[in-house]
Amino acid sequence: MIADIESLRGVTLETLYDTPEGRLIKSCIQCGTCAGSCPHGEYMEYPPRRIIKMMQLGLLDKVFDSDSMLKCVNCYACMSKCPREIHLTEVLLQLIKEQTIMRLPVVPQELQKALENSYRYGNPMGESGRKRINWMQNLDVPVRILSQNSQPVDVLWFVESYPSYHPRGQDTARAIAKIFNRLNVDFAILGNEEKSAGECGMLSWESGLAESLVDYNMAIFTKYKFNQLVTSDPHALDAFLYRYKMFGFKAKVTHVIPFLWQYFDKLKPMLINKLHYSVTYHDSCCLGRHNGYYEEPREILKAIPGIKITEMVHNRSNSICCGGGGGGMWLDTYFKSQNIERLSDNRIKEAIETGADVLAVACPYEMPRFEDALKVAGYDGKMVVKDITELILESMED
Amino acid sequence: MNILVLLKMVPDVVEELKIGDDFKSLDRDWLRFILSESDEHALEQAIILKEKYGGTVTAVAPDAPELDDALYSALAKGADRAFKIIGEWDIYRSPGLAKVFSRFIEINNIMGEQTLILSGSQAIDDLEGEIVYYLAEFLGLPGCCVVTSVQYNPDSNCITLLKEFSGGLRGEFELSLPAVIGIQAAENPPRYIPIAKIRNIMKTQKIEEIEIPVEGIPNGLTIEKLFEPEVTDRAEILEGTPEEVARKLVEIFSDKGII
Ligand code: SF4
Ligand code: SF4
Repeated sequence: MIADIESLRGVTLETLYDTPEGRLIKSCIQCGTCAGSCPHGEYMEYPPRRIIKMMQLGLLDKVFDSDSMLKCVNCYACMSKCPREIHLTEVLLQLIKEQTIMRLPVVPQELQKALENSYRYGNPMGESGRKRINWMQNLDVPVRILSQNSQPVDVLWFVESYPSYHPRGQDTARAIAKIFNRLNVDFAILGNEEKSAGECGMLSWESGLAESLVDYNMAIFTKYKFNQLVTSDPHALDAFLYRYKMFGFKAKVTHVIPFLWQYFDKLKPMLINKLHYSVTYHDSCCLGRHNGYYEEPREILKAIPGIKITEMVHNRSNSICCGGGGGGMWLDTYFKSQNIERLSDNRIKEAIETGADVLAVACPYEMPRFEDALKVAGYDGKMVVKDITELILESMED
Repeated sequence: MNILVLLKMVPDVVEELKIGDDFKSLDRDWLRFILSESDEHALEQAIILKEKYGGTVTAVAPDAPELDDALYSALAKGADRAFKIIGEWDIYRSPGLAKVFSRFIEINNIMGEQTLILSGSQAIDDLEGEIVYYLAEFLGLPGCCVVTSVQYNPDSNCITLLKEFSGGLRGEFELSLPAVIGIQAAENPPRYIPIAKIRNIMKTQKIEEIEIPVEGIPNGLTIEKLFEPEVTDRAEILEGTPEEVARKLVEIFSDKGII
């Protein structure tokens, strides 16, 4: 279900029909499955099916002038269910979203700040680039920074912004560093040279911002020799897999969880502490629906002694988005102003219903979103959110 | 309307500011510069006025690191021209910068019957907001600061302003053009400009560079020494149930003699 992204560079809505992708769009049978599977579908004046109809009628201006695509959280649900296999989320919706954002009379403040911050500081929270390695303070294992030691390395670990700056994300970053050390992974990071991969720009779709970050990171990559890139953020994984390729990026890329899966035989005997948790796992949209990593996270969790996994009603390809993608991370206030319930608040109810006491996640957006949702649901203290890597470490450490 | 907006770059406080070895200036190693926040609002208000009443917007700023980014962004937002005044300006304080701007205006013969000059009402290195009043004085024009609303009446060539005072008081003023005003907040928050547009402007439009004679420009106050803020006692977070916290709070208040 992946579009031939490389050939789409520079494609606009005007030229889209002339591409193989456009021909696919023409094959839409107007079944409405996309709209029905969209978590925000009921709030969109123009869900994907109607967008395609409006496109056929030459009435896209009306779509741009509505805020429908601002409500798209890039969850890939429509795309994964479309019987015609139209790459809605990957191609068409992005292009519509870009025009929507450009024509908004006022961009919602939090989103505007996040985009401006990403452009200026290389992270959406507007933190100093110099503090990007602050998560390493008090870390008792070595982490090589390439600008200090530029010897070729096997794994370039692209930490990304939330693991670098958000307090709970930093916990995950430290857990990953410790696990990599235990597994003797030959790894290094870019440190303060790293800037956000730009996925928030791509998917909220801000192509200029995305390009400026791609240009920047690509130039940094050429300075160093590495065999593969591993990132702690599924959104960055998407950026590298599907957008950087348009700009000539060729390295092998994966996310920390599928990467650890490759080390499973070595990892498993190290999981010695019994954790008496009942765990439910939330499939991140980018990791699951978009890249098909459904079983790797579950197998790793199952290998931890004592852990019992219970599934939420919606799991794997039916998982419901936490609402953080596509710029949604910075649209909570906007959605609230329109009385749209936060998707994370919705999703947390499913998690609670499983009776689990740990919600396991693998995406750094989910940690703050679900921790917040637990407070909203009055479940603070009864269920905790942990990154899979934190659980691995808990089972490993003496 | 002929709208002139005066901009200034200030240290970006996202980076921790450090005092340099001379104890008189900031350590330049990690210092970054950003357009002063109320200047952002002045620019936004200028563009809003142009959209409402027509005319042109000219953005002007003394040279500083990262100024080009700010000027290209001004062009992308809708400014018609952007000028960079070449030179080393960091030793100049507001009275000096006001002189620099007034010379710029005289040399370029910008002043006309329908000229409105806007700037931010204050900056982190000019909390008093002196620049607007100095400039008004140098140019012999009416001036008004801490403005939050501007309406223009083309028939009378006057602007009606709302000015904020402390305690929530507001005053309405009428000034005839030309005039100088300091903007506290624009009608709308500064708009978002897609980065693609800024990148495109960088390729297609030019920032005009201009020099002005510096003789006789006062640099205003001279900095003798900079100090870091003194660390005082940290806040204490009271833990416990609401009742326990309330009890502790009452104890603290009575210990301090407040109740
Ligand atoms: S699911 Fe696919 S075929 Fe059906 S309406 Fe949506 S885009 Fe068209
Ligand atoms: S990607 Fe998700 S949020 Fe966006 S339109 Fe498709 S189903 Fe809806």
